[in-house]
Amino acid sequence: MESCPGCSSPVAAQDRFCEACGRNLRVQRTSVGGPGSQWPPMCACGGEEFDADGFCEQCGRARPSARDRVEFVLPGVAGVSDRGKRRRRNEDSMAFGRVRGRGVAVVVCDGVASSERAEQASQTAVDTAADVLLTGLQAGMDAESSTTDSVVAANEAVGRLARPEAAEVAPSCTFVSAVVTDDSATVGWVGDSRAYLVAEAGAARLTTDDTWAAQLVAEGVLTEEEALTDRRAHVLSRWLGADSGVEAPQTVTFKVETPGLLVLCSDGLWNYVPEPEDLLAVLPRGVPPVEVARELVDVALKAGGHDNITVVVVQLRGGHGA
Amino acid sequence: MALDFAVEVFQNEYLPEGAADVDAIVTVTATGPPAEVVSTDAAEVVIVDTSASMAYPPSKLAAAKQAAVAAVDVLRDGVSFAVVAGTDTARVVYPRARKLAVSDPRSRAAAKQAVRMLRADGGTAMGRWLALADDLLAGFEGGPRHAILVTDGENQHESPRRLTKVLDEVAGRFTCDCRGVGTDWQVAELRRIAEAMLGTVDIVADPDGLAEDFRSMAATAMGKALADVSLRLWTPEGARVVSVKQVAPGLRDLTGRRVESGPRTGDYPTGAWGGAESRDYHLRVRVRPAGLRDRMLASRVSLVGPSGDVLGQGRVMAVWTEDSALSTRISVEVAHYTGQAELAEAIQDGLEARKAGDVGRATARLGRAVRLAHESGNTDTAKLLAKVVQVQDPGTGTVKLRPQVADEDEMTLDSRSTVTKRVGRG
Repeated sequence: MESCPGCSSPVAAQDRFCEACGRNLRVQRTSVGGPGSQWPPMCACGGEEFDADGFCEQCGRARPSARDRVEFVLPGVAGVSDRGKRRRRNEDSMAFGRVRGRGVAVVVCDGVASSERAEQASQTAVDTAADVLLTGLQAGMDAESSTTDSVVAANEAVGRLARPEAAEVAPSCTFVSAVVTDDSATVGWVGDSRAYLVAEAGAARLTTDDTWAAQLVAEGVLTEEEALTDRRAHVLSRWLGADSGVEAPQTVTFKVETPGLLVLCSDGLWNYVPEPEDLLAVLPRGVPPVEVARELVDVALKAGGHDNITVVVVQLRGGHGA
Repeated sequence: MALDFAVEVFQNEYLPEGAADVDAIVTVTATGPPAEVVSTDAAEVVIVDTSASMAYPPSKLAAAKQAAVAAVDVLRDGVSFAVVAGTDTARVVYPRARKLAVSDPRSRAAAKQAVRMLRADGGTAMGRWLALADDLLAGFEGGPRHAILVTDGENQHESPRRLTKVLDEVAGRFTCDCRGVGTDWQVAELRRIAEAMLGTVDIVADPDGLAEDFRSMAATAMGKALADVSLRLWTPEGARVVSVKQVAPGLRDLTGRRVESGPRTGDYPTGAWGGAESRDYHLRVRVRPAGLRDRMLASRVSLVGPSGDVLGQGRVMAVWTEDSALSTRISVEVAHYTGQAELAEAIQDGLEARKAGDVGRATARLGRAVRLAHESGNTDTAKLLAKVVQVQDPGTGTVKLRPQVADEDEMTLDSRSTVTKRVGRG
């Protein structure tokens, strides 16, 4: 006998819904709205009053933002998101869930710092896209088309956050997603958030950045090396938001034949370990996904933590996993 | 009374792990249309030393009288005022009764006539003079209360303890600018009075200059639009205000002047403000260090008016970081004023050592002062220093004491040692 994760009532293994609270037992997912929706009512010192700017009237400390450091753990998939050392806010967001017997869906979005309310953009995008991907997984839809649907829906939702009179600072974010089943994985992206595949045999980058520098490299104008130091290295050529014009993500689908890890991350991590070999070199072995994610975030923090860092790690079973 | 106040905070908010001291420069600027700040809600007491020493040379008393006349002349119609003559006791020269007169052409003429009749005779007891001024000003409500004290000698006819007691009683009730005539007075003594009374101290070596100086002091005092303004500091639990100092336009330590005004909140007096005035304050707060990457409000700085209304507000922050590039960055403003405070201290120390005949220490301290004045571009102080020492290299502070130094030059340097150079902010 198992129990419902929502209300703890006893449920049977084959139940699709909890008889007591109506919860969908086939889907487990991270909280909608992100951690920011639940302010701690109290300061760490026990103070309960905060001034208009959010400073504790007793100890003076800023009310901790639940977004500053976020960890989500589900069986086989875990993520860590950290504000880093230099940014005032964590504008990255992540959401993921699993559908029993079907697979896992993950979304990571990085708010564009030059846009306004970037953390709202990224949170709205991950919530919207995760909904679409999890619904698609339950319905047994084709992963590539539900990835495209999720980007279209997320782009619209983020677009609605814009103020018509301030189009040039419309809330915006990047996007990277994964739909993982026992034997295949589909990755979709818009912008410069990345996905890497790490397996026993080696590592590979699955995404190509939607940045002006990457485009110039593709066209042969710049070499890879020149692009790294070019001031356009981080200037996005595609993003989600009111002014994006994006209609579909780039996608890649591959067969999962051996066990390994799928790593989705924002540029706060890959700035420090850009090449697949770099990532492989710092990747801890033989630990659960949450430990891998924590360790990688630590690598970025120790290297300077100039940006927000988000890492989600999915365990790949290789078709016959337990 | 329509003054607008702006409060700005300059600091490096990043601290290394475990650090507890947070430094910040708080700039307070008052602005208001000049027409609005011309107010009759002001009171002025002119205190003239008429002790026997003022009789020699006779030009001293004559100059002091002339100065008092000049000060009375600039009083606007409607301002409340009185003239006090100080000896080992104190008496009101004008009006006849022990109260303030209202300024108009007739009362000013009568006051000037009374000043011209003054004779020098008796001792010096400045505490009594201040107590009488306080008595006269006590009945006045609503506007800036100001006194001008001019003397030529030492406070010989009362004990230092008695003076301290009076200062404790009257501090904060009016402001007082002090002027020394000639070279027989004590800089440290008048500085102590001026500091307690939130006023200035200066030497008027040439009595002929006194009238102009009086006129400008009285005019400045009359230009104040709002009195009894305080700097209110809220600090978090477990924190302590280490020091609060005005650092521009002159140095003035307010640390000991705290009056508790609420939980974790204390007020420091700043005196009266005019329509185009800007002052800088150096705050040092010792907080309980928080964790890495924690952000803390180390102090909320409010400027409050006489009725407790908040005129402006600023925030002093602390953020702990392991990034030494951030935590070792020096705030230009804090560093500059730390240097100006050290400059004043080096001058006062150096002059004291010189008087005591300690040539080595005097040379070292005054050399240090020369270097600090040079580095901070404080050319006024550098010029005054050059009259006391022979500067060989201002960059390294290499100096030689001058064998012959006029008392006047030494006292001028001493009195003006607390006048700071403002930091250039582009």
